[in-house]
Amino acid sequence: MKVIKKLNPTIGMETHVELRTKSKMFCGCPADHFGKPPNTQTCPVCLGLPGALPVPNKKAVEWTIILGLALNCKINKVSKFDRKHYFYPDLPKGYQISQYDEPLCSEGYLDTKEGRIRITRVHLEEDTGKLQHRKVDGKNVTLIDFNRSGVALVEIVTEPDIKTGTQAKEYTQKLQNIIRYLEISDCDMEKGSMRLEANISWGLDLGYKVEVKNLNSFRFVDKAINYELERQKRLIIKGITPKQETRGWNETENKTYSQRIKEVASDYRYFPEPDIPPMKFSTPYIKSLKSYIPLLPDDYLKIFVNNYKIRKDYAEILSVRKNVAKFSEIIFEKGKKINLSPQLIANYLINQKIIPDEEKISDLLTKISRINNKNTDDINLLNEWADAAINKLPDAVKDYKKGRKNAVFALVGLVMNISKGKANPRKVKEIIEAKIDKV
Amino acid sequence: MNNLTIKNARKLFVDKKISSHDLVKYYLERIDKYDNKLNSYLTVNEKALEKSRNICKPPDKNKPLLGIPIAIKDIFLSKKLRTTAASKLLDDYVPMYSATVVERLENAGAIILGKTNLDAWCHGSSTETSDYGPTLNPWNSRHLSGGSSGGSAAAVSADLCTAAIGTETAGSVRGPAAWCGVVGFKPTYGRVSRYGVIAMGSSLDSPGPITKSVEDASLLLRIIAGKDEYDATTSDISVDNYLNELKKKRKNLRIAFAKNYLLKNMDDRAKKAIIDTTKVFKKIGAEVREIITLDPRYAIGVYTIIQRSEVSSNLSRFDGIRFGKDRNYFGQEAKRRIMLGTFTLSSGYQDKYYKKAQKVRTLFINDFKRIFENFDLIITPTMPGPAPKIGATKNQAMFGEMADILSEAPSIAGLPSISVPCGFVDGLPIGLSIIGPQFSEKVILKAAYLYERFTDWKNFKPNLENL
Repeated sequence: MKVIKKLNPTIGMETHVELRTKSKMFCGCPADHFGKPPNTQTCPVCLGLPGALPVPNKKAVEWTIILGLALNCKINKVSKFDRKHYFYPDLPKGYQISQYDEPLCSEGYLDTKEGRIRITRVHLEEDTGKLQHRKVDGKNVTLIDFNRSGVALVEIVTEPDIKTGTQAKEYTQKLQNIIRYLEISDCDMEKGSMRLEANISWGLDLGYKVEVKNLNSFRFVDKAINYELERQKRLIIKGITPKQETRGWNETENKTYSQRIKEVASDYRYFPEPDIPPMKFSTPYIKSLKSYIPLLPDDYLKIFVNNYKIRKDYAEILSVRKNVAKFSEIIFEKGKKINLSPQLIANYLINQKIIPDEEKISDLLTKISRINNKNTDDINLLNEWADAAINKLPDAVKDYKKGRKNAVFALVGLVMNISKGKANPRKVKEIIEAKIDKV
Repeated sequence: MNNLTIKNARKLFVDKKISSHDLVKYYLERIDKYDNKLNSYLTVNEKALEKSRNICKPPDKNKPLLGIPIAIKDIFLSKKLRTTAASKLLDDYVPMYSATVVERLENAGAIILGKTNLDAWCHGSSTETSDYGPTLNPWNSRHLSGGSSGGSAAAVSADLCTAAIGTETAGSVRGPAAWCGVVGFKPTYGRVSRYGVIAMGSSLDSPGPITKSVEDASLLLRIIAGKDEYDATTSDISVDNYLNELKKKRKNLRIAFAKNYLLKNMDDRAKKAIIDTTKVFKKIGAEVREIITLDPRYAIGVYTIIQRSEVSSNLSRFDGIRFGKDRNYFGQEAKRRIMLGTFTLSSGYQDKYYKKAQKVRTLFINDFKRIFENFDLIITPTMPGPAPKIGATKNQAMFGEMADILSEAPSIAGLPSISVPCGFVDGLPIGLSIIGPQFSEKVILKAAYLYERFTDWKNFKPNLENL
């Protein structure tokens, strides 16, 4: 019998993101391939024709470095591309140009509510073509569409620091938000421009890991991880080491299923891509790229909570998208000038699901202040305010009880003050009178 | 029209003595007559004649090669013109684009006369690995033409074109040029674009001219050299007007004579011919001193491992899915190289082979740097001897690497080098290599030009009637 040590959920994420550069990674073909007729955006380079050579896309390299900086990575002064060899029909050269031992960025991190997740590396590579399994003239055939072949693809790999499905979900969501803030990819999981894979086990010392692919929503990440941890645990308790394998997620059955058993690690025969000279980056250059990084979701979150005193959950919602966050900050500032509290504005933006539009800011503020100024008939609120006033001005209460009925107006005035003028004075008067009369 | 250089052909065009059409016709007739035996062309361009007919101007500054028929090694892609790499795997492959070199030649007005034979995928130094049979040596048809650019060298030597283009990883331009008695120039790695050249050893491949004179090599090099936006490894160092540079005066050359390149087992007559070249250089005012370099034999292992590794990777695109034919069409030599390269790149062996080879490569680079601190150029024999007999490669898996032993060290250092004819052994030509530091093309060409003018080797031509 195997002695079972303490089991630790050990999860790492691998995320692929297609960059939205105009052209592909190593040629001039358009990178926007989604929904285009097959093989209309190809050239000798991305078709892997004999003699064709890759020329790296400078923008893609810059964007990858910017992403690395946004993820707190070290930017390597020297980096290079490598060839990763494997055979697959959608890979026209028989190797993928990727990065092996000198990625552009390494050793970063991203914080989640459940703790820090270390980022191992951020590297740049090329996407593959796409296989289409079809019937042509009654025969089952596989066709290849090379439109996607050679599109710039960034891979972000974490250390196995993730402990739960929810943490993985938060990590990938945050990653998506950051990338969208940087405007380097649309991160659309349906279109495949963001692809998630989780490596899941109960500890590195157990000598296996299960890779789950095809996770095309954050919800599935959470669910698949929970499912896998349970499945693997049941095996381990029985004394069985789970198989090292690649599994897929079946979203209708809410289960993972085995796709490919990996008994031995594949030998990709990596070696430096001789067609592309090594890249060197100076410190001033890296610094200059830093200046392209806008305020990120976490920065806005802090600003909203600390400077504008927005409730944290509301601040989180408003900082998910850059346009919303920017818009919120502007409208908070303008609101302040007319004595509208940022929280009040935030309530309105979120409850009314306002679409950011700077031209409509003044309209919006007028609307909010009108609602704000409208006397409220909310009985609970009025009671609350009335109680507060009665507690604060006991003398006025005494006077009223002695028969000086006008003393009630001091109390009503105080309520108007507390409610910033929102309370309906007539109602307030009635409530206060009733309250005092009862005592 | 006999044995026209580009220079002379241009003059005849300008003087209206002959037309491009006459010249193309002349070569086509000769190809018809001699190439069945010689086997230097794999494909003759059917459109060449028609193209030449439409040329009604003489060459000028913008079109320096207007109407000049040039043969291209069949490793360069040529749009709409069959390109095979001398492998049956690409027997019917018609490219959709042209190599940068081909495009530059055509932009300069050249007429692509045809595609020449080579060792399949450039794997060899004999053309015996060609799936279409070897190219014979125009000087003696029982002997090899050399390789891998054997077809180009033989076609130039036999006057089946005005000039030709080859490629070299180590010895593949200079070797056959030496064995066929013509001029072969291997430029600095990165001087000439590799775009559209079916890759062999990507970190070594260098296209270069094979010509009847140093002047022609200078002219062609200028046209094909320079930065190419499609090849990230090309240098943006500006390209000299090499032809004009030949005429310029320059300070006396300091030449290192690499004595340990005269291998023990070399033919004594070949040795003597090389030693004689040092006398010529002294006579023309150069300072010649003997040196000992890092033993060139160490370069064999380095070169073999790097080149095989790259070959195994580069050929993986011929996976049987596209290009019509499957991997069974790879010949023995290609299969051997794929196997060896796959092994040297495998995990567990990479450090022992590929990475170690890269380290030794650095040693060679540094050794040459050391020499070039005190010298402008190094001279060596191009090949250890004259062309061996047809069939010499049989059961010799390492024939090429042994034959090219003297080219491998400078090649792995990315150095430019020219081979010029420097004598005969048993009626077969041999060549002298002049090697310089990276991007010293003009100095090399100048030295070669001086040597060529002082000697009369280039006046000897093979007699094809004896084939």
